Amino acid sequence: MTVHSDSSLNRISALFIRYFYLLRSSWPRIIEIAYWPTMQMVVWGFVSKHFAPSSPELTAGGLLISVVLIWDTLFRSHISYTLAFLEEMWSRNLGNLFVAPLRPWELILSLSSISMIRTLIGMVPAALLAIPFFGVSVFDMGMPLAFFFFNLVLTGWAISQFVTAILIRYGLGAESLSWVLPFLIAPFSCIYYPLSTLPEWMRRIAEFLPTTYVFEGMRALLLDGVWRKDLLLQAFGLNLVYLTIGVVTFLFSFRIARKHGLLLQSGE
Amino acid sequence: MSAILQTESLTKRFSKTLAVDQLSFSLERASITALLGGNGAGKTTTLSMLLGLLEPTSGSIRLFGQDFIRDRFSVLGRMNFSSPYVDLPQRLTVRENLMVYAKMYGVFKPRDRVAEVASSFRLEALLDRRMRKLSSGQKTRASLAKAMINNPQFLLLDEPTASLDPDTTAWIRDLLGQYRKERGTTILFASHDMREVELLCDEALLMRQGKLVVKGSPKSLVEKFERDTLEEVFLQVNRENAP
Repeated sequence: MTVHSDSSLNRISALFIRYFYLLRSSWPRIIEIAYWPTMQMVVWGFVSKHFAPSSPELTAGGLLISVVLIWDTLFRSHISYTLAFLEEMWSRNLGNLFVAPLRPWELILSLSSISMIRTLIGMVPAALLAIPFFGVSVFDMGMPLAFFFFNLVLTGWAISQFVTAILIRYGLGAESLSWVLPFLIAPFSCIYYPLSTLPEWMRRIAEFLPTTYVFEGMRALLLDGVWRKDLLLQAFGLNLVYLTIGVVTFLFSFRIARKHGLLLQSGE
Repeated sequence: MSAILQTESLTKRFSKTLAVDQLSFSLERASITALLGGNGAGKTTTLSMLLGLLEPTSGSIRLFGQDFIRDRFSVLGRMNFSSPYVDLPQRLTVRENLMVYAKMYGVFKPRDRVAEVASSFRLEALLDRRMRKLSSGQKTRASLAKAMINNPQFLLLDEPTASLDPDTTAWIRDLLGQYRKERGTTILFASHDMREVELLCDEALLMRQGKLVVKGSPKSLVEKFERDTLEEVFLQVNRENAP
């Protein structure tokens, strides 16, 4: 007689282990995770060096390299989450997962956990390499860095909720959205320029994005030495709103998929 | 004997298509039942509803005495499933896949259980091989091993012996029969192999155009329709009133 334990933790850790097995199955994959953020850091590091004498406001305190790295956090957290979900679709495994007593929210937590691990694998080496390469350490920001980082991870996950909701509803035909959607908010996020640079209509949109407050907060910290907790709270509040809407959208989409029998037809 | 599954007027409509129409049947504990029908008869739709992957339009499913439509999670851990149309992740090894599902179902001592099912399905030598490197027959065996990982009380199988050679088919058939006898597991499977159904099943349910048209033991159906084999019965039923 096999003894069973019905616990969410079992199912979440089972899926986490599944993604971990996948990750360790290929060294090139692990290297690839760190490759892109490092390349971004190197390219933008030289851009920063080039502009340093003529545009000190752009590069002071390692601002340019720091915002590039932090922006990449959002993209990495989103793409890590979405790729893990796509793995289930590519391998036609969703049917196996959902005949097990796996709740959709448990899937969300597993995907978030592996996304966090992959984001750290990608970002930490790039951030560390920026120190000897360009003399810029994002770690000098101290505690605020953790808040900036975590906020952008949350934004990445919120975007992932909408993307996976579309994927589960419309299948792999919508796969390209995974790559392009984060860039839709880039012009409004004030990554490389302050909010005041944007025209009025874009500013109104930007004010509804958590990313705007993260980057404004980073500029305040790195240029003026002020930690604007109010900006971080606004970012955090907006992230909670979008994440909640995203999760509800995913759960709704999952329900539609069950109604239309899409869970068994999700392969390539 | 007691019924572990009861469906009442189970219906699934996809916009204008009535895929399953007022399906009512029950399965006794430790029985093996085949779900038969031509392409588009509604077998896969029925299995999907019984697995919780598809929401019925109307009707009820009672499984282990629970309302399955309202609360499937309370019984999903007591069931499992295998289908050649649903894969295990190809980049993971057989062992990794079995470990993931052992943990997913909360199996106690998962390593021991993986070793047990690997032995039952003659997968020991393949445990550290990636799924994508397996032949289709080996993949079917791995998928069946996954379906047994939690010692399910209710097992749903879609074409369980697809892509297996005759020798392995016979061995799997014996294994399923033995498993039912030892564990009291109820098995429902969809198949096109009438010989397999005759050898393995207590009962066959024949579907056509979403409706259950005939049911009974393979032997009784052969007698009732005055045919020599179940395949002839299937052909007759399937062609009657065919559109």
